[in-house]
Amino acid sequence: MELFLQSVVNSFIQGGFFSLWAVGLVLVFGVMGVVNFAHGELVMVGAYSIWVLHAQYGFPYIPALCMAVLLVTTIGVLMERFLFRPKREDPLGGLINSLGVLFILQVAAHVVGGTGPAKQVAPPFSGTFVIEEFLRVPYQRLFAVAVSVAALGLLWFFLTRTRLGWSLRAMAQDREAAALQGININRTSMIAIGVSGALAGLAGALMAPMTSIHPHMGHNVIITAFIVTIVGGIGSLSGAVLAAVLYAFLHTFVTAYISGTVATMSGLLIMVLVLIVKPTGIMGKRVSE
Amino acid sequence: MGANKLTHVAGTAALLIALVILPGHLKYHHQDFIIFLTINVLVVVSYRLMTLTGEWSLIHIVMMGVGAYTSALLSKNLGVSVWLSIPLAGVSAGAVAALLSFPLFRMTQFYFLIGSFAVGEAIRLAWVYFVYPFGGSSGINTIPSPELFSIDFMEPIPYFYLVLAVVTLCLLILHRIEKSRIGLTLHAVHWKSPLAESVGVNAWKYRTLAFIIASIFVGVAGALKVHYLGNVTPHQFGVGTMVFVLIWVIVGGYNTFYGPILGAIVLSILDEAFRAFEAIRPAIYGVLLIAAIMFMPRGLESVPGWFRERLFRKTAK
Repeated sequence: MELFLQSVVNSFIQGGFFSLWAVGLVLVFGVMGVVNFAHGELVMVGAYSIWVLHAQYGFPYIPALCMAVLLVTTIGVLMERFLFRPKREDPLGGLINSLGVLFILQVAAHVVGGTGPAKQVAPPFSGTFVIEEFLRVPYQRLFAVAVSVAALGLLWFFLTRTRLGWSLRAMAQDREAAALQGININRTSMIAIGVSGALAGLAGALMAPMTSIHPHMGHNVIITAFIVTIVGGIGSLSGAVLAAVLYAFLHTFVTAYISGTVATMSGLLIMVLVLIVKPTGIMGKRVSE
Repeated sequence: MGANKLTHVAGTAALLIALVILPGHLKYHHQDFIIFLTINVLVVVSYRLMTLTGEWSLIHIVMMGVGAYTSALLSKNLGVSVWLSIPLAGVSAGAVAALLSFPLFRMTQFYFLIGSFAVGEAIRLAWVYFVYPFGGSSGINTIPSPELFSIDFMEPIPYFYLVLAVVTLCLLILHRIEKSRIGLTLHAVHWKSPLAESVGVNAWKYRTLAFIIASIFVGVAGALKVHYLGNVTPHQFGVGTMVFVLIWVIVGGYNTFYGPILGAIVLSILDEAFRAFEAIRPAIYGVLLIAAIMFMPRGLESVPGWFRERLFRKTAK
């Protein structure tokens, strides 16, 4: 029972992270048509920023978090401008460019952090919220969940209630038609990847105090983000969030009761099943050719 | 055209002669390097057969793993001769591919790319999870090497000649397949799928066929690798390795038979040249990759044509 309740709580926390990872990937794929394989590395850079700024140089956590978000957003925008924009008509080229960035960022992390063991960051919010004798949630995790939910809420508001958000969604639906309506494709792409980068940086910065930080941590992120994106329906943000929470439950419970390997394996198989049975995902709409 | 073909044949012959003479003059770790490079040539050429149909998969390296595990288990646990287990590795990779084609080819394009990745990663995780018979994440060790008369195939030079012979044979077969009716149909399936189907070509069947053939040959490549290394782990067949295959093929160029070979050779040698900068090697790779995509989108294979065009234009003036 204890394990069960603790797993439920952990699932929600994981769900928040999975959503942040996947939503950024969905946004870039939807708006720009690029599969950004370096997305996991953007999360990794966010986590490293916290390690450098907060743990090494002693910046307070919140300003460090803001700087991490800013840094990763900048990397994203630079990628759009110099790598994805010239390859807009060549999705394979964009994909390969993102792989190049993946290698470069991993090495950058090696150079910054050295090749020693994985880094740990002491949680800036100490203490534990005790609900029951057996159910404890560290404040750090509560903070992470609250910020994730707030960020996703903000994103939802931006996409559905602002003109800029509308232009993003218009471009995701039909790029040419959006351009004909006077939407600036270059600027909109830049906003999409900027938001995607900000979410990735935020996710990395929030994760930093509760995970081990190493240059290859992006691998897990990208696999999870793919599973969530496909199951939720490519291009569907609400689908991605729903799928993220569902997958977090599956992953947490299978990890707790069987093993982490089986958890990832079942996620991948569910993804294949969705691809075969309903390629548009649980929330996606059927696209007419 | 005839002159063109002549240069190709002459170039191939020169390369083969160089490869036969070369190994004796190399240092030990360079001999290692050239063995793996030759195996990787088979990996990229077989992958290209798959891409002829226009489908890019991320499962190719896992099929190499299927071959590697098959040959390792057969020769170590069941005592099958390595000479038999290497071809059987190809057969088993082909059989697994045939089985997987049912779910996989219900998808196309981007969905196929991601779907093939998921299936491949699931297979790889199965090798990690099932300690019996796959040995878990530490894999299988002390795999026997081939035996013939008194030749010691543990030594790099004899093994290199074995690899060279097998790979050359496989490349000849793959080349024949591409130039045959099947190969032409694969091209048709890629470029004019609806048209090809309207004249009675079953696109699904030909995609499956390409996948099976590619898997057979990469399975053999996996077996060749495993009997030299002496061990096999799930880690060797991760998506990271697959990414390198993709890079070799794309940077080399995938419109000609020799493009991927060129990519594998040039990039591997460059990578080897940067061995001194071990820690930052992947970043150098990343920069080269981006430079290639930005400035040479049709790959290394376009370089000779580019020069020829320049030369031709000058003489025309």
